[in-house]
Amino acid sequence: MSVKKPPVVKGNTAKGIARFGGNRAAALVPQARLAGPMPWVIAIMVALTVIAAAGGMALTNLARGAQGELSGAVTVQILAAQPQEKVRQADLAEKALAELPQVTGLRIVPQSELDELLEPWLGKSSSGDLAVPIPALIDVQLRSSASEEQLSALRAALASVAPDARVDAQSGWLQPVFGAIEALQWLALALVVMLAAISATAVWLAARSALGSNRDTIEIVHLLGGTDGQIARIFQRSIGFDAVAGGAVGLAIGMLAISLLGSRFAALGSGLMASGGLRPIDWLAIAAIPFIGVAIAMLTARLTVLAALRRML
Amino acid sequence: MTDRGRDIVTFDNVGLRYGADREVLSDVSFTLHPGSFYFLTGASGAGKTSLLKLLYLAQRPSRGVIRLFGTDTVTLPRKRLPAFRRRLGVVFQDFRLVPHLSAYDNVALPLRVSGVREAEIAKPVDDMLEWVGLSHRKEAKPATLSGGERQRVAIARAVIGRPDMLLADEPTGNVDPEMALKLLRLFEALNRLGTTVVVATHDVHLLRKVSGSMIMRLDKGRLSDPTGALRYPPRRENAG
Ligand SMILES: Nc1ncnc2c1ncn2[C@@H]1O[C@H](COP(=O)(O)OP(=O)(O)OP(=O)(O)O)[C@@H](O)[C@H]1O
Ligand SMILES: [Mg+2]
Repeated sequence: MSVKKPPVVKGNTAKGIARFGGNRAAALVPQARLAGPMPWVIAIMVALTVIAAAGGMALTNLARGAQGELSGAVTVQILAAQPQEKVRQADLAEKALAELPQVTGLRIVPQSELDELLEPWLGKSSSGDLAVPIPALIDVQLRSSASEEQLSALRAALASVAPDARVDAQSGWLQPVFGAIEALQWLALALVVMLAAISATAVWLAARSALGSNRDTIEIVHLLGGTDGQIARIFQRSIGFDAVAGGAVGLAIGMLAISLLGSRFAALGSGLMASGGLRPIDWLAIAAIPFIGVAIAMLTARLTVLAALRRML
Repeated sequence: MTDRGRDIVTFDNVGLRYGADREVLSDVSFTLHPGSFYFLTGASGAGKTSLLKLLYLAQRPSRGVIRLFGTDTVTLPRKRLPAFRRRLGVVFQDFRLVPHLSAYDNVALPLRVSGVREAEIAKPVDDMLEWVGLSHRKEAKPATLSGGERQRVAIARAVIGRPDMLLADEPTGNVDPEMALKLLRLFEALNRLGTTVVVATHDVHLLRKVSGSMIMRLDKGRLSDPTGALRYPPRRENAG
């Protein structure tokens, strides 16, 4: 080695603060990318979150659909013991109800349908000759939901013409079911929130350990005049890669699981269950979950690195 | 311009203690002039590295005033420090090469940190590696380099950005006397281009090898001034 004039490096004394990004910067943090646990942790978190969110949204749709169908439905029973009186009151009630503006649909349930309904309990016979008094039934569909005020209004309208009428909302018997569905919705929401918290914690721990094993590198870049922002970007980028990979795998697993579940429920063929499907906007929300995951991961990494750097001068 | 404005470094009554221990530097006052060549010497543990750490902004003093390039760096907000660090070249006592980067990438690091475009990096880095005699080892990782080779990579990295001031901590510690002399010639060449050089060493043989150089001696954290290098020479407390 001979001593010559040192090479003059021109134009490189950019003393300002410039960006330091791209592959070269990322190379500062060596990571066995997909081999590490990070992408898989994120994949599992995203998959679970997707399933919980899809479940919650399906339940919401189910409840909304069922409630919408049933909420305006009212049953009027005429409980008169005398068959002639029963028929007379039913006719009068039908006329009175037909005049009410809030009533959009009206139907006296025919005797044959009642017989069919009762057959399993009472055997095959005409209810006409039965000793058991069978009430007359009128199905009423209201414009709005069958609130207590609406029911009172119907009762008032029927009081004079059909004193033996009993007015009930059809959704009344479903109330416990709705209560249970609501509890499940809260559970799904709580699961989603907890999973997000766990994901953030996992990323935080990963960022901290990455920081620990690269502490020397960080200090070197710091001492060479690297800014906190530059160094944080390196880690953000690295964890961002992991999160994107994990998020994609997680979304695929989650989607597979919910479409399998969905086809099982669809096979039930029940009207109620059909309304429990996912709308396009729900699918959009589900597709957004991995992106939110990536954002949480990168933000956590950034804040962790910045906090550690602030402890250096 | 005032004299003070031309000074590249001013220490005024600087003290440094780590935690609650006794001070490792006490009442250190001196001024460095641009373009000069300084040796910082003293026994092991005297505080040479500690003093350099204050200079390359890895540590704040416990007391006193430090001015770097005319700016008080003690009270400077943290986010303004990187711009000052980029004007310095540092050869760390333990080299501090990034272990998973090649010699080439280690030398290129300061340029990349400063945001120099990739196209403008290759030529200067190749020239610099040739200058320190390591062209044939440019793809080697630090672990596969000899001690002296690592030292030369560290030196190349320190000078690649043409720093206003070069701070070298024991840069000849790992090499034979012949190589030490060669490295010293590198610093001299750089110094002739206008870079202020501070070399910390406890090798007293080196001190005479650079003509015109000035010597600062640390003794248990206190400074003395055998060549009259310092504008504010320390008081000789035990004199007479
Ligand atoms: N981070 C630290 N925390 C506590 N004490 C420290 C720290 N760094 C250095 N010291 C102490 O400060 C004193 C001066 O250390 P310094 O490294 O500055 O000496 P030096 O002159 O560079 O020695 P050498 O020639 O061996 O490199 C020593 O007593 C050392 O133990
Ligand atoms: Mg030292």
